[in-house]
Amino acid sequence: MGKLVSRQQTQSGGAGRQGRRAHRRVAMQGRMTIYEAAEHKRALLEALGRSAELEIDLSEVSELDTAGIQLLALAKREAARAGKAVRLTAHSPATLEVIDLFSLGSFFGDPLVISRKP
Amino acid sequence: MNLQPAQQTFIEESRDLLRDMEAALLELEKSPGHGEAIDAVFRAAHTIKGSAGVFELDAIVELTHAMENVLVEVRAGRIEAGADLIALLLSCGDHVSALIDGVAAGAQGADPALAAAGRTLIDQLGAYAGAQVSSLPEPASVPEHQVHVEAPGGATVASDTWHISLRFGRDVLRHGLDPLATLRYLGTLGKIVSLTTLFDAMPQAAELDPESCYVGFEIDFSSLADKKTIEAAFDFLREDCIIRILPPHSRISDYIQFIRSMPEDAVRLGELLVASGVLTQYELSEGLKRQDSGAAPQQAGGAAPQQRIGEILVDQGVVQNEVVDAALEKQKVIKEKKAFESGFVRVRADKLDELINLVGELVIASSGVNLGARRAGLAELQESAATLERLVEEVRDGALSLRMVPIGETFNRFNRVARDLGRELGKNVELILSGTETELDKSMVERISDPLMHLVRNALDHGIEPAAERERRGKPARGRLWLNAYHESGSITIEVADDGRGLDRARIVQRAVERGLAAPGETLSDRDIYRLVMEAGFSTAEEVTSVSGRGVGMDVVKRNVEALRGMVSVDSTEGEGTTIAIRLPLTLAIIDGFAVGVGSAAYVVPLEMVVECMELSAEERAGVRESGYINLRGEVLPLLRLRDVFEAKREPGKRENIVVVQYAGQQAGFVVDALMGEFQTVIKPLGKLFERLSGISGSTILGTGEVALILDVQALVQRAIGSEGRNAARKTVEENLLERK
Repeated sequence: MGKLVSRQQTQSGGAGRQGRRAHRRVAMQGRMTIYEAAEHKRALLEALGRSAELEIDLSEVSELDTAGIQLLALAKREAARAGKAVRLTAHSPATLEVIDLFSLGSFFGDPLVISRKP
Repeated sequence: MNLQPAQQTFIEESRDLLRDMEAALLELEKSPGHGEAIDAVFRAAHTIKGSAGVFELDAIVELTHAMENVLVEVRAGRIEAGADLIALLLSCGDHVSALIDGVAAGAQGADPALAAAGRTLIDQLGAYAGAQVSSLPEPASVPEHQVHVEAPGGATVASDTWHISLRFGRDVLRHGLDPLATLRYLGTLGKIVSLTTLFDAMPQAAELDPESCYVGFEIDFSSLADKKTIEAAFDFLREDCIIRILPPHSRISDYIQFIRSMPEDAVRLGELLVASGVLTQYELSEGLKRQDSGAAPQQAGGAAPQQRIGEILVDQGVVQNEVVDAALEKQKVIKEKKAFESGFVRVRADKLDELINLVGELVIASSGVNLGARRAGLAELQESAATLERLVEEVRDGALSLRMVPIGETFNRFNRVARDLGRELGKNVELILSGTETELDKSMVERISDPLMHLVRNALDHGIEPAAERERRGKPARGRLWLNAYHESGSITIEVADDGRGLDRARIVQRAVERGLAAPGETLSDRDIYRLVMEAGFSTAEEVTSVSGRGVGMDVVKRNVEALRGMVSVDSTEGEGTTIAIRLPLTLAIIDGFAVGVGSAAYVVPLEMVVECMELSAEERAGVRESGYINLRGEVLPLLRLRDVFEAKREPGKRENIVVVQYAGQQAGFVVDALMGEFQTVIKPLGKLFERLSGISGSTILGTGEVALILDVQALVQRAIGSEGRNAARKTVEENLLERK
């Protein structure tokens, strides 16, 4: 946690291509920690509000903490409530480790690369 | 699942427990710091809470939970169980009782008034628990919310993992602590066998503060580390986190309690534990069931594993030795209680009644067989019939004893009455119970408690003087009230005695004269005076209180007792106290009877009242008819000719017999034509039509199929005594009394 936060653009994706279509994909980048949590919450909920199926690309996530995982869980839950779907894709090693630690693989229900346990 | 029968059990058991709790609280009031009593209160509250949870009786759960919180502190010696707290706990008990009554009545939803009262009680309890927390001597000692050490007692689970349950405080993340780090550290101490992350605490999206922490974990953890080390992993998390650590092989009941104590739904957590393999489904359902049924936890694991937990805890300094000792002591008590309880089977009262009815029929049938065998004159048949009769007699006694319950339970209820009423009246009264193990028929117990209540209230209200007056009279300031019970020749006597001011003879007489119940200047015996006290109308409203200082509703008591074929007697010494004795038959169903013949009819005298029988010789007959008594070994024995009483028409035989009977210390002789011998009598009540028939208390069926009437010995004895040599004025009183009857 010693590193200073370099704020990075966290939301991108093919909004232009897909418009207000049902499927939307957001790629999270850099850190997903308590420091970015407020911003991420707004962004994720907004993205979810505008789509029936949200894909959250985790390939570029370098760090994930409890605040971050909480937001992912929130997105998942809100989606389920609204009858929508949230999928996490392309997990980065950092996210895999956390999801594994929290035993949330089945909670999110996404295909995971099973990490080799020591 | 149909919860109806289970709920019924819950209601009954809760009432039992509440009664226990009340008794224990009163005990605690008497001897403060009584450890067993505290434990009993705690156990009751805890068991009720557990069971109420199953039926989703939230109001009960909340209140008992609050009680438990305070009681934990009392047990630990951090709060003193003073008079105020005991009073509060008593009212809590009353409230739970009211809630349970509501459940029993099938009330749906909460009564707002009741709910408000409950809320107040919980707040008051909270104040106690709160006061403790703030006055905690050193914050360094393990605060309550940190690590709960589970008390031993009960079956252990098979799983050999630690179970750790974490609910993080909202501010954990803001303080730079991450649950992730905790998990990682835990990973270095052992192996996380299974982990479930809970987001149940997460609020609506709009209200969710992304910087707050809402997660919780249920962790099964396999480690060789000791409890201290494992606890240390959470050292930084202590603040506003819920941390519970259950060591390997913890008791199932601990898990159940833990499940209940967590904010999440019990079913969800239970399933979770099963899924994670800590608890097997069997253990969970057994544990829940056991707790629901209110029974003490199972001891299947034996003492060893529990002691192991205890040892571990002591070694690690988590708990003091005394705590473990107390816990072990409690285990023992629970074990004993368990053994005691397992000796009981709950049976529906109506099933028992049905059985007794059948036994009654069996008795009648058996005496029919007996009679037939005798008539047939077949020795073999007679022998079989005799054996049959003996067996039937044993079955009868066995069946009747099933309904016998000790009167102690009824007596104990008066502890509370004495305490509350004593407070209300500003009198300090000690209630002394004796003979509590004396047994009587359950149906009698139920019907005698109202009259007893009356007597106890009377004694407290009118009998026992205020402390100042007592001191003036040289009595101890603390009034004493005795409840005593004992068996006496087939009946039970219950005494309510006080050391109060006693009956005021002069004023009773004065009052009796005013009402025309006695002639002015007439000398009344004590017996007559006490009888006057119990006359209907004699003792009503305030004037009575001012006249006799006693007697509110005494006639009601008398009527109730007489309806049970019993009798009330009063004994009093002015200035020293009053004793009121209620004499009751032991059972209402079957008695040993002694059949006598008068004219063409048969009558039955309860055998236990028969003292002896003798022949009335021809020469005595004339004299007896004149005087109404005989000289029996130097004593005057008043006689009553049943032939006259029942106006038998047939001419008397050559011989007459006297049956000497005794009731409540008085003897009298009944003159009858024939003695027919002992026989088992199944009492059949007389119809409404015959209710007011004097001298007859019931009917029965003889072996021949004939109906015999059962004599009301008490009434007849009194009549015999009354008719013997009394003067005219006495007669007036007597007849007045009889008329009123």
